[in-house]
Amino acid sequence: MATKILTEHINVPGIETFDVYRKQGGYTAVEKALKTMTPEEVVEEVKKSGVRGRGGAGFPMGMKWSFLAKPEGVPRYLVCNADESEPGTFKDHYLMKTIPHLLIEGMIISSYALGANKSFIYVRGELMYVIHILEKAIEEAKAKGFLGKNILGTGYDLELVVQPGGGAYICGEETALLESLEGKRGNPRNKPPFPAVKGLYQSPTVVNNVESIATTSWIVNHGGEAYAAIGIGRSTGTKLISASGHINKPGVYEIELGVPVEDFIYADEWCGGIRPGHKLKAVVAGGSSVPILPANLILNLANGEKRLMSYESLSDGGFQTGTMLGSGGFIVMDETTCIVRNTWNFARFYHHESCGQCSPCREGTGWMEKVLHRIEHGHGHRQDIDLLVDVAKKIEGNTICPLGDAAAWPVASAIRHFRDEFEWHITNPQEATQPGAVYRGEMALV
Amino acid sequence: MTTESNNTIQFTPDRLEKAKEIIARYPEGKQKSALLPLLHLLQEQEGWTSPEGMDYIAQMLDIQPIEVYEVATFYTMYHINPVGKHVIEYCRTGPCCLMGGEDVYAHLKQRLGIDAGQTTVDGRFTLKEVECLAACGMGPVFQIREKYYMNLTNERVDEIIDELSK
Amino acid sequence: MEDNKPQLFKVTVDGIEVEVEPGTTILQAARKIGPEVAPPAMCYYQPLKGSGGKCRACLVRVAAGSAKDPRPMPKLVASCITPVQDGMVVENTTSQQVIDARNGVVEFLLINHPLDCPVCDQAGECDLQNFAFDHGKATTRYEEDRRTFEKHDIGPYIQLHMTRCILCYRCVYTADQITNKRVHGVLGRGDAAEIGTYIEKAIDNDFSGNVIDVCPVGALTDKTYRFKNRVWFTKPVDAHRDCPTCSGKVTLWYRGEEVIRVTARKNEWNEVTEFICNTCRFDTKKTSDWVIEGPTKVSRSSVISANKYRADTIKPDFGKRLAAATYKPIDDKRDTSQLDIQQLPPERFAKLPSANEN
Repeated sequence: MATKILTEHINVPGIETFDVYRKQGGYTAVEKALKTMTPEEVVEEVKKSGVRGRGGAGFPMGMKWSFLAKPEGVPRYLVCNADESEPGTFKDHYLMKTIPHLLIEGMIISSYALGANKSFIYVRGELMYVIHILEKAIEEAKAKGFLGKNILGTGYDLELVVQPGGGAYICGEETALLESLEGKRGNPRNKPPFPAVKGLYQSPTVVNNVESIATTSWIVNHGGEAYAAIGIGRSTGTKLISASGHINKPGVYEIELGVPVEDFIYADEWCGGIRPGHKLKAVVAGGSSVPILPANLILNLANGEKRLMSYESLSDGGFQTGTMLGSGGFIVMDETTCIVRNTWNFARFYHHESCGQCSPCREGTGWMEKVLHRIEHGHGHRQDIDLLVDVAKKIEGNTICPLGDAAAWPVASAIRHFRDEFEWHITNPQEATQPGAVYRGEMALV
Repeated sequence: MTTESNNTIQFTPDRLEKAKEIIARYPEGKQKSALLPLLHLLQEQEGWTSPEGMDYIAQMLDIQPIEVYEVATFYTMYHINPVGKHVIEYCRTGPCCLMGGEDVYAHLKQRLGIDAGQTTVDGRFTLKEVECLAACGMGPVFQIREKYYMNLTNERVDEIIDELSK
Repeated sequence: MEDNKPQLFKVTVDGIEVEVEPGTTILQAARKIGPEVAPPAMCYYQPLKGSGGKCRACLVRVAAGSAKDPRPMPKLVASCITPVQDGMVVENTTSQQVIDARNGVVEFLLINHPLDCPVCDQAGECDLQNFAFDHGKATTRYEEDRRTFEKHDIGPYIQLHMTRCILCYRCVYTADQITNKRVHGVLGRGDAAEIGTYIEKAIDNDFSGNVIDVCPVGALTDKTYRFKNRVWFTKPVDAHRDCPTCSGKVTLWYRGEEVIRVTARKNEWNEVTEFICNTCRFDTKKTSDWVIEGPTKVSRSSVISANKYRADTIKPDFGKRLAAATYKPIDDKRDTSQLDIQQLPPERFAKLPSANEN
């Protein structure tokens, strides 16, 4: 039986309430951390655990914490990034609505470790009902003495504020999130300075994803080394994977990092295979921004070995033959999927979500969408494919924030692996624009 | 500073209470942080973020009205024009489309007789296309106010519209 | 006190070394060397706090991060906001990667630009025109519809021609930093973002006219000057007056004997040196109102520089010329007497590494 760190008790009836959560061993980590550990010791355990940021970037969380500047007399802030908006990703939504106290507990531990007395959970505004759930959980925790002044008599004060967003993917970028939290447009900031030095209200700030923060109670209870023993190599611990698309059992699964991709797709424990009568064509493994891979490359590395669900294995081969774990938004496509249409759809998403601050992203995302729209609707030219590759290249790496890269990668990778399909659309516009038409040329389906 | 007190919009007493509580959450002098929550509160009361309402919030937070307009027009959840009674926010992003989202959307548009951005003649429904709602495993999805409607089919859409048309 | 002087940092830009104070940005260090290595800046504006980083025109390659850590930076960086380190080596137009990226930025800025230079008052003193001239191509690959907006008068003096705007945010910073009440801002987002007041409002304060001077393109123009002339037919003269509101130091733009425009004075980077009030700018247009100081020093950025748009002045060529210079001096017989940019002092080239070394 695979280790469950976040979802072990998720099916217990009433787990959203304080009492049931407490009965399942909840908040013992807060007691342990606040009563028996110094903040530095908590940071040390998180470092030892090797847990990496679960929002997409995969940066070691303990290291991020250790960068936090600690000038005298200046407040420090912890901000939880619950602006989950990456297409294909819905794990934080699931976690917060079903077991809100896990996040609250993690927030208390993390805030204590960082020396923050006021911490924020920035939730995308669309999840207003989840905000109510979190606020209720906070009230309960406060009533039981786990939040507010002098928590458990330890002298530590913490106030948690749940902040709604207003509908903007870009606020998942940490500095855009901070701008938004300050009541401004979600324009990412120029870096440096980084949030660890000047973040919220120009004070040192750590921004962490929901899932990352939620791991801290297990780490405090069992120790960083125990966490690091789970998983594979530098991909320690477990990861929530949001599985969607043409599979038998879409949903959120907690896996030990290192599970073979093939098992994840076909085993009954997880996705349960491709829907009946269909074959696997492609997978976007880490949310819409990571490179799409055709069936053979998602299941196996270029050298034929099995690909695993881990940071290293998924990125094996670089962007030529690999992809990224990203936020764990696992989108599965069978042979009925038109890659051109899907790429246009994703390009439209990034066009819609660009903040418009820097020119390559503001103008480039719209341009790519328009060209893809044209190809998909039977008005493409031969040179359009190279044009798209070139535009994507001129956006990538040249923008203020990673949204530019996120917009460029899906387009570049779709052309890299499915160029035939784009060409077919251009050379056979009449056929390609029939309702439900999909390229059936030579490609490896599994 | 001259105060233009021609505001016709004010929060109801309970919402005013709520607004004060929200403003008090942030450190001294950082009350602008309350802008997004207050715009939600305004929209909840008025149905949309009207210019008068935004000016009212600007006054409440002691910021320039343009700072409110800039924010309200940046975020997609704020309706900067009047809308119908029920705003259907339909997810048009990839994972929902894989689950047949486009066909269901076509059905919904046909059923309502309107296109994206429009309101039915009776003022009951406004249709808005939105991007990913973070419910991809349960697609197709749309949202009305706080409620998520998931695993949509043509039949399910009909039921929901029937229910809301009563 | 002299002893406390901070250690200077040595920085190399396109093979030319310069010493600057810690905290200086790459762009400012490059400007200190001279216009031939200074990256273009469409959004950065030294007098405005917080400006920069947006247009990406000034991207450069950092070939060595510092003397301590000589690794190159993984991505191109915006030189206007990136501070230098001691021993940093920067490639401006000597890097093909930088030139490619800037070609991209020009192309992006132009896909939604109306290219109506023939009827635009800004033509001849337009940063975008200059940038496109240096880094753009004569053809476009864009065949979709361009984004357009209606023209708006914002107040009696200023016209907003949003279609030309490149969203540099300079006018927003200006209103924030030198006026007491900002009524315009950036509305909407992405490529639908626009400068506006949201509800029809006039920008009405003593310093509002400065948004015209800071605008890098023809999006904000002076209505009192509208279609009066082409800037290259006018003659700029420095003048001042006793003004109760501002410094009163301006540039008068003459057509014959008539003052047809008043602007703030600008430095060689096209940046306002002192902001001026609306009375000086819009309502004081008689020569007798002013004490004339003399002709304005013609700078690099002025259209009045002869040969401004000659093909051999295109900036990316600088890299090639630099390389050529290590073999023999360029035989340049042009009349460059009016230009301060073409006369590169020979010692600059003396410092260059030999082209053979690479």
